[in-house]
Amino acid sequence: MNDPSTSPKTPCSGNCACSGNSAPPPADEPTGISRRTVVKALGATLGVAAYAKALAPLTELTKETSMDEFIQKHYKELSKEEMAAVIQRLTQEAKDHYGADVTISDPQPVDGVKFGYALNLSICNGCRKCAEACHLENNHDRPSHQSYIRVFEMSKGSMDFEKGNAHYDHPVPQPDKYYMPVQCQQCEHPPCVDVCPVEATWKEKDGVVVVDYNWCIGCRYCEAACPYHARRFNWTKPQIPAEEINPNQSYLSNRIRPQGVMEKCTFCLHRTREGRLPACLEACPTGARVFGNLNDPNSEIRWVLENKRVFVLKEELGLKPQFFYFFDE
Amino acid sequence: MSLYLKKHPWLAWLTLVVLVTGFSMAIVWAQKTITPNAPAPVTKMKPAATHPVIIKPGPATPRLDTGLKDKAGNAVTVACSTCHSTTTPNVLRNTAEDLFQAHRGLQYQHGALTCLSCHNASNYDTLHLADGRSVAFPDVMTLCSQCHGTARRDYDHGSHGGMNGHWDLTKGGRIRNNCINCHDPHHPKFPLVQPVLPPRDRISVPKAEGSH
Repeated sequence: MNDPSTSPKTPCSGNCACSGNSAPPPADEPTGISRRTVVKALGATLGVAAYAKALAPLTELTKETSMDEFIQKHYKELSKEEMAAVIQRLTQEAKDHYGADVTISDPQPVDGVKFGYALNLSICNGCRKCAEACHLENNHDRPSHQSYIRVFEMSKGSMDFEKGNAHYDHPVPQPDKYYMPVQCQQCEHPPCVDVCPVEATWKEKDGVVVVDYNWCIGCRYCEAACPYHARRFNWTKPQIPAEEINPNQSYLSNRIRPQGVMEKCTFCLHRTREGRLPACLEACPTGARVFGNLNDPNSEIRWVLENKRVFVLKEELGLKPQFFYFFDE
Repeated sequence: MSLYLKKHPWLAWLTLVVLVTGFSMAIVWAQKTITPNAPAPVTKMKPAATHPVIIKPGPATPRLDTGLKDKAGNAVTVACSTCHSTTTPNVLRNTAEDLFQAHRGLQYQHGALTCLSCHNASNYDTLHLADGRSVAFPDVMTLCSQCHGTARRDYDHGSHGGMNGHWDLTKGGRIRNNCINCHDPHHPKFPLVQPVLPPRDRISVPKAEGSH
């Protein structure tokens, strides 16, 4: 009965190792491709795909970033000629990307000048015109309402701006509130500079803490380190209509920042190093802001520091801000 | 070495004294060089030619809008003296509601002052101080300062009132507001304003009202 020659031709299940030549070959082993080969091929494909993905930034680099930008030196190492070439390139980029004719300067700190800023909390009425002026002056991204100044609505009696509300949107001033604009305090001991892994931010001789936007790697350590929430990150490429771009720019302050870098208030150094007042001060309708040279004993800022009730934010941190708050009475 | 020191204990003592003295001197020197609280060096300000600080003058002698329009569509205004030269001032009428000809509806809230505290009943084209001396309209800051001395003091030291121009007067001038560029003399308190440019941060989410 078990003789294959006499047994009726029933379709073989294919799971046996029968030696009968008459049995058809099993359906799932039609050719010589083993499972191992398939897995190998699949692995190789995945490997190639991962490699291509890993190299993708390099292909983007050639599209988005010029080689000049890629090999640009740190701000402090640029010679005069190299700086001129960098400024030439940035001017061209502003023209190509935004259609704006801009002038980018590189003003240096003035000898014997140390900037200080004071803000009168008795007068400030929370209208946010300073934040708006900053937004326009410093070529901020329009959709995100980016600005280096945040105005906190504070309950009277409280001094902790962490409990303040920066998102108020009702007529001001409210009777039981006061308003506290907070921007970069240009600390004597800036923690943001301490934590930067690539030294893309540093304190200048006149007290202004600046960022080399082309050196910054966008790790946002400084944003986390700043106890005043003064640093901002460019999540997107800034969107600004050409006619709204402020053409009076400088390398370290208000030139249009690239995407993915940190930025901060620079006391409008493109204005203040030429003796002009910062944009936020000129915009303030109440005159709550006082700006000047801390080294000049006859300056207005020194008069405020010597005659008013002055305090600094988060004094206990010992960062020695050069931005002061005061009350009139 | 240790045996040598055991034989000559004075040498050990000498070494110790030298080391301690050296260390303490080094510490004193280091503290001298890195004193954190050293006063900022006061720079000698060279007397340079300074540019002027221009205070915007007060308004010219005001004119009252009659509410009429001429053929070109311009408002018809009259000088104060047009009416006031022929009317006798009634000092009992102190509010806009008391009046029945002009100035009706004028919002007025300025302490306990009355119209004639500042306006000159003998010549309405000028103002007057508390002692009776008359003040021209463009010099209105003199008038404000007689009551608002502290504000004037702060103004003179640059910590009150908006300004434009240069912080460094050796490099350029400055233009400053007059009191009444910002304060309506009849209603000096700042009105409520709607704030501009509320933040739209990606990170800081607006807190719910009452949660802070």
